Amino acid sequence: MMSATVQRVVLYEGQASEPFQKGARLELLTALLDRGYSVSCVQTDDDFRGQGHQNLVVLGQFNGPIPTITPQDTKEANLHVRDIAGLDSDQVLGVVEDACQTTGGVGSEGWKPWFPVIDYDRCTNCMQCLSFCLFDVYGATEEGKITVRNETNCKTDCPACSRVCPEVAILFPKYKAGPINGDEVNTDDVRREAMKVDISSLLGGDIYSMLRDRNAKAKSRFSKERDDERALKERQRCLKKLQAGMGDLDIPAEALTNLPSADEIRLKAEQSKKIAQEALERQKKDL
Amino acid sequence: MSSPPILYCRCAYAKVVPKEVKDGVLEQLVESGVAFESVADLCNMSAKRDPTLACYAQQPGLKIAACYPRAVKWLFAAAGSPLTEENVEIVNMRTLNADESCAQLLGEPSGEADNTTQETE
Repeated sequence: MMSATVQRVVLYEGQASEPFQKGARLELLTALLDRGYSVSCVQTDDDFRGQGHQNLVVLGQFNGPIPTITPQDTKEANLHVRDIAGLDSDQVLGVVEDACQTTGGVGSEGWKPWFPVIDYDRCTNCMQCLSFCLFDVYGATEEGKITVRNETNCKTDCPACSRVCPEVAILFPKYKAGPINGDEVNTDDVRREAMKVDISSLLGGDIYSMLRDRNAKAKSRFSKERDDERALKERQRCLKKLQAGMGDLDIPAEALTNLPSADEIRLKAEQSKKIAQEALERQKKDL
Repeated sequence: MSSPPILYCRCAYAKVVPKEVKDGVLEQLVESGVAFESVADLCNMSAKRDPTLACYAQQPGLKIAACYPRAVKWLFAAAGSPLTEENVEIVNMRTLNADESCAQLLGEPSGEADNTTQETE
C-alpha cells in the first residue's frame, strides 16, 4: 500500500547535485518539518528509499539538467524533482506547496492530532469509553473489540474519556501530564482513576445526566440575560463550577459548550449502550 | 557495519516536547552526518494509518526520537504497524535533554543520563 498524498520531501545530495551547507540543511529541515512534511536527507542514490510514498518532492541544488533519480525500493513512486539552488527556506516552502497542490497532497492541515490511543496491554474491553463519548470517536470491531474509529471527531485537548477508563488504558500522547501522556502507570494512578469513576457514580451514575441538568440551568439563566457579555461570563462560571464538581476532568470549556442537546445526548447514550452491549455479546460468543 | 536507522519525530503540532530539546537533537543529528529519517508528527501519521509507519517498524535496530515509549508503541499499533519490541529503542525527548537524547540515538555512553527509555515489556 502506498501513501497517496505528497507529505514527504527528500533533500537530495546525490548525483549531479551540490551538497547543502550544514546550516542551510538544518534550516530547511526545520522549516519543512514545522510545516507538516516528513523529510529524508539522501546523500547517495543507494540511500534513496520511497518508504511507501506514491508521491515524493525531491529538492536538490543541481548544476545543470536534472538527472534521472529512482528510489531503491520502488519504481512506482512519482518524483517531483525541483531545483532549489539559490532559494531561501521561505521560497523552498513555496516550491513544495506548489508541488503538493499539483498532486493533491498536503502538509499541515491545521488539525492538531488529538485523539485517544488505546493501550491494549491494559484495556479490559469494558466499553466504558464507548458509552461515555458523545462524539462517536470509539467503535467496536467485528470481533467485539473496542477501537478508535473517528479520530478527527475527538475534541482537541479533552482527555475526558481517559478519566473514566478504570484501567488507565487510554492515552493522549500530546496531553501535558502522566500517565495519560503515555508515562508509566503506577498504583496511585490506578487508585486515583478508580476514585474518579466512583465520583461520577455518586453524581448519578451518568456524567452526561449531570451535564445536561447543569447546561439546562445555565441556558435558562442565559436566556434571561439581556447583556450578552454578562450571559457569556455566567455560562463560563457555570462550566468552571461543573468541572470542579466532576473532580477536575480537565474538559476544555469548548468541548462542554459544544455538547449536543439533551434529547441528542439521551439518544446517543442509548445507541452507544446498544453498540457496547452487542460488541460484548459478540466477544462472549467467540470465547 | 552500518549504523542503526534513526527516526526523529518533530511533534510539530504541539508544544509538549521542549523546543530546545527537539531543536538540539535535530541539530546534532545533522552535525553528526548520520543518515536519519524525520517526520513532522507521529500522531498525525498514526491517525492517517500512514503506510510509511510499517516501513519504519520493519527496520531492524530502529531508534526513535519521540516521546514516551508507551505512547509511541501504541501509536504504531493503532496504525496497524506494530513495532517489534526487542528490535526498537525509543528515546524520550519529553524527559531527556538534547545531549542525553543524542547520546542514546548515536550509540554513545549517556553519562549521567539515567532515564532509560528502552522499550521493554
